[in-house]
Amino acid sequence: MKKISRRKFVEGTSAGIVAVAAIPAVEAQQKQTPASAVNPSVPRTTIKLSVNGVDHRLEVEDRWTLVELLRDHLELTGTKIGCDRGECGACTVLVDGTPLYSCSQLAVWMNGCSIQTVEGLAKNGKLDPLQEAFIEHDAPQCGYCTSGQLMIAKALLMKNARPTRDEVRTAMTGNLCRCSNYNHYVEAVMAVGGKA
Amino acid sequence: MRSFSNINPKDLKEAAGILRQKGQTATLVGGGSDALGMVKERLITPDVLVSLKTIRGLDRVTEKGGEVVIGGLITLDALSRDPLIRKNYNVLAEAAGHVGTPQIRNAGTLAGNVCQRPWCWYYRNGFPCYKNGGNTCFSITGENEFHAIFGGGPSFIVHPSDTAVALVALDAKFRIVGAAGERTISAADFFKLPAENPARENVLANDEVLAEIHLPAAKNAARSTYHKEMDREAWTHAVVSVAVVMEMDGQVCKSARVVLGGVAPIPWRVPKVEAMLAGKRITAELAAQAGSAAVEGARPLAKNQYKVPLTQAVVKQTIVTLGA
Repeated sequence: MKKISRRKFVEGTSAGIVAVAAIPAVEAQQKQTPASAVNPSVPRTTIKLSVNGVDHRLEVEDRWTLVELLRDHLELTGTKIGCDRGECGACTVLVDGTPLYSCSQLAVWMNGCSIQTVEGLAKNGKLDPLQEAFIEHDAPQCGYCTSGQLMIAKALLMKNARPTRDEVRTAMTGNLCRCSNYNHYVEAVMAVGGKA
Repeated sequence: MRSFSNINPKDLKEAAGILRQKGQTATLVGGGSDALGMVKERLITPDVLVSLKTIRGLDRVTEKGGEVVIGGLITLDALSRDPLIRKNYNVLAEAAGHVGTPQIRNAGTLAGNVCQRPWCWYYRNGFPCYKNGGNTCFSITGENEFHAIFGGGPSFIVHPSDTAVALVALDAKFRIVGAAGERTISAADFFKLPAENPARENVLANDEVLAEIHLPAAKNAARSTYHKEMDREAWTHAVVSVAVVMEMDGQVCKSARVVLGGVAPIPWRVPKVEAMLAGKRITAELAAQAGSAAVEGARPLAKNQYKVPLTQAVVKQTIVTLGA
């Protein structure tokens, strides 16, 4: 069976709607304005950072948050924006190995930092054991919080390879799941590294 | 987000100079979580963010001539794990470990936590209250279940910081760096009631930065703890909290400091309770008396009366546990 990602499906569907509405000009116009276009009137700074092992030298607007840089300008849309207020955890990424809310950090503050996002978990086409366990335990339901859950769990296991169930729960308190599938997330993490 | 420029000063003196020059158009940033949230909500509209993130050396715990000095830029996570703080100033490690979520504690700084603005829902939702430059407090006749039962008026916010409560209990001193010079004041004098200036929570001038926290040498056989009651199990502000520091001689308390959080616009010291405990053997009966004394003079609003018996119980139980 031909594999199709949700993103490709959504993009395809919107293109279809545009075609049906017979206004292809709208789509053409959007393509002429790539997401990475910069507004010349706002302050910008050049930074260097590494994202999933790839070095970048970028001119960023000072007001861009890290998650905006990742999603809108580096096309790494695995990291999600939930609340955009440092409360839900959907945007969790690792900065120099430390889990942070990428909605609550400016891109310009990341100069010299090494960022890990959910896209960096799979290696050579092979999923990370955590990703395998999340699938195995039906941890994601709607999936919106999942990349954040993966990154906070990854950070925990990097520091503490054999956490207790309580340690897993405590580590993941900053990541909300509106489907309330918390128990499955905890079981998935326990299956990878937890003490029985 | 509205546009602004980010400046990375090389030290606090330079940061204070920028604050003086830019006035109200500049906002100081420690960890960034709260500052960015306020910019996004348009509670503040800075043209310049003065970020302290690139300043080095202010993120440590060091011993200096008996005192312990903590850099204001230490993260709450690092503070909660520091071996010296855990050993001699447990109340502060516990308070830091109870702030927000792991991700917030990884970014948030001690100075930022102490200086954060209130989380009253009227203020945070942009109502034109005292804290937003207006001349009224909407909580008085409004939704006031999380508001002050002590020290309120004309504003009834509660101070949101966990670490501030611990620092007053530890009799800490704050070193402040300003554009015009430095000053050091006690933690208790740092926080100001709304009766003095309802728009602010502390004595910091616009061009001043909280640089360092100094803790007095730990007393022999001192015990301390922080207890935080929340309206859910994880990451929110204290509904009621208490920091207790007791110098013990066996089971006798030689001296004590008891400070409440979540109930007043500043960390709320209860000297009467401290006097009751001094020189006494800690028993359940004494702790119960202390709990009653802690809530004397409470003036609850329409929807926060529950805080009175809750405070009483939390004070009693924390003293019993710590004294045992």
